[in-house]
Amino acid sequence: MTELHSLTLESFHQSLGAKFAPFAGYSMPIQYPLGVKGEHLHTREAVGLFDVSHMGQLSIEGPGATDALERLVPASLHEMQPDQIRYSQLTLENGGILDDLMLTRRGTDHWFLVVNGACKWDDMAHFEAHLPESVGMVYHADHALIAVQGPKARTALARLIPEASTLTFMRALETTWQGLSIVLSCCGYTGEDGYEISIASEHADTLAQALSALPESTWVGLGARNSLRLETGLCLYGQDLTTDTTPIEADLLWSIQKRRRTEGGFLGADVICQQIEQGAPRKRVGLTPVDGRTPLREGTALFDTAGHPVGVVTSGGFGPSLGGPVAMGYVTQNLSTLDTELVAEVRGKQLPCKVTDSVFVPQRYVRTL
Amino acid sequence: MTVKYTREHEWIRIEGDTATVGITFYAQEQLGDVVFVELPEDNTAADQGAEVAVVESVKAASDIYAPVTGTIIEANAELSERPELVNEDPENDGWFFRMQLSDPTELDDLFDEAAYQAFIQEEL
Repeated sequence: MTELHSLTLESFHQSLGAKFAPFAGYSMPIQYPLGVKGEHLHTREAVGLFDVSHMGQLSIEGPGATDALERLVPASLHEMQPDQIRYSQLTLENGGILDDLMLTRRGTDHWFLVVNGACKWDDMAHFEAHLPESVGMVYHADHALIAVQGPKARTALARLIPEASTLTFMRALETTWQGLSIVLSCCGYTGEDGYEISIASEHADTLAQALSALPESTWVGLGARNSLRLETGLCLYGQDLTTDTTPIEADLLWSIQKRRRTEGGFLGADVICQQIEQGAPRKRVGLTPVDGRTPLREGTALFDTAGHPVGVVTSGGFGPSLGGPVAMGYVTQNLSTLDTELVAEVRGKQLPCKVTDSVFVPQRYVRTL
Repeated sequence: MTVKYTREHEWIRIEGDTATVGITFYAQEQLGDVVFVELPEDNTAADQGAEVAVVESVKAASDIYAPVTGTIIEANAELSERPELVNEDPENDGWFFRMQLSDPTELDDLFDEAAYQAFIQEEL
C-alpha cells in the first residue's frame, strides 16, 4: 500500500481543525485543537468521540461458521449468546498473534468482527485461507465506525439512541437512528464505559454532526486514544502484541475460556495450552520508574539489578489521568512478579524501575444495570 | 541584552559572557503538552550542538542542544516539578539552563528574531 486512504469524515475532521498523520494506511486525525492531554482528560470526565473507521468490519456467516472461527481464535464461541461480544486473538501455528479483535454473535453461524486497521488485509487473507466454502466473508468497506467513550457516554447517547441505556459491557444490538440502520456495541478501547457505532459511510456525517452537538462530547484523536488505552492496561497490536508474542505471554489468559484451555483446537494450541500449564518464558507487565517522573518509551531495554538483559518496553509514555509515566513491556517470567526491581536504560543512563500492574487507571465498564 | 535563535527552535538570551537558553513559543506549540524535562547537571561542559537536555511531551521525547559551546552553570530546577512551564511561559519562566560562553563569536551564526520568524514561516 503506497497511497494513503482517506476517512469518509476527513473533511469533517478538517473543519474541526484536526492534525492528521498516517496510521494503518490511512490519514488519521491525531489530535484536535484541544490537544492530546485535554482530549484524554475530557474522555475520562465526560464523552470522547473517536473516528475509528480505519478498523476492519467483517461479517462471517454460513453453515459451520462458528466451528470454523473456533479453529482461528482461542475464545469459546459456541457458548456465546446472541448479541454478546468477546475479545479474542487470531492465533498462528507458533502460538503468536496475527491480530486481536472483537467478535459479536449475530446468530448461530453469523458473526460480526472488528479487527485492527493495520491488520485487516492480512486478516482477510487468513480467513480466506482457513474458512470452508460454506462460510462467507463480507468486508464492510462502506461502513464507518465511531466510538463514543466516557462516563457520560451512556446518558448522552441515550438522548439520540434510547436503546443505548439498555446495553451492558460487551453486548450489542442492531437498531435504527433516524431511520438509518446501525449496529451499536457496548465496548471500546479507552477503559471507560461507552459504545462503538457502525453506520453506512454515506450517513456517517449526519451521525458525526449529531454526536458533536451533544454538549458532553469532544472529538479525540489517536494520540489520546493511545494514552487512554495504555493507562487502562489495554494492548496495542504491533507493539504489545505481535506474531512473536503468545496470548499467555501477553497476560491474556482471561480471554481464553475454560473449555478451550483444555480442549485446544485452535491454531497454536500446542504452544498456548502448554504455556497455560507450565507458564510462558516471559510475561507482559506494567512498569513504573522509581523516580515517578521519567517516561519509559517503546523500545527501552530492561535489565535485572545485576545488569543482564531481561526484556523491553513495548508501549510507554505519560498518563494524563495518572499524572505520571505509564509503560508496559515484556520481562522473563521469573522477574514478572509485582514490585520486582529492574533497571531501564534511558538515554544511556540506568534508571531504576519496578514491575507494577499493567492497569494503571481502573477500567470503568458498566457490567450490570 | 541580545536574544538569538537556532534552527532547533531554541532561544538564547545573552547577558555579558553568560546566556540563558530555552525553547521558543513555536517549539512548545509543536511539542504539545510537556510532561517531563531532563536537565543537565551544573558544571557540565558542552560543545555547540551537544545534546544536553530532554523534553518529553505527551507525544514524544525531543533533545535540547547546547546552542553554543560553554559550561552549564545552572539548570531551571523548577521544570522538574512543573514541566508545564515550558508550555505556559516558554520564553521566560520556562527557561532550561544558563551557560558560561566559551566562544562568543559562535553567536554570530545564529538567527536574530526577524531571521528566526522568517525561518519558521518557511517551515509552516
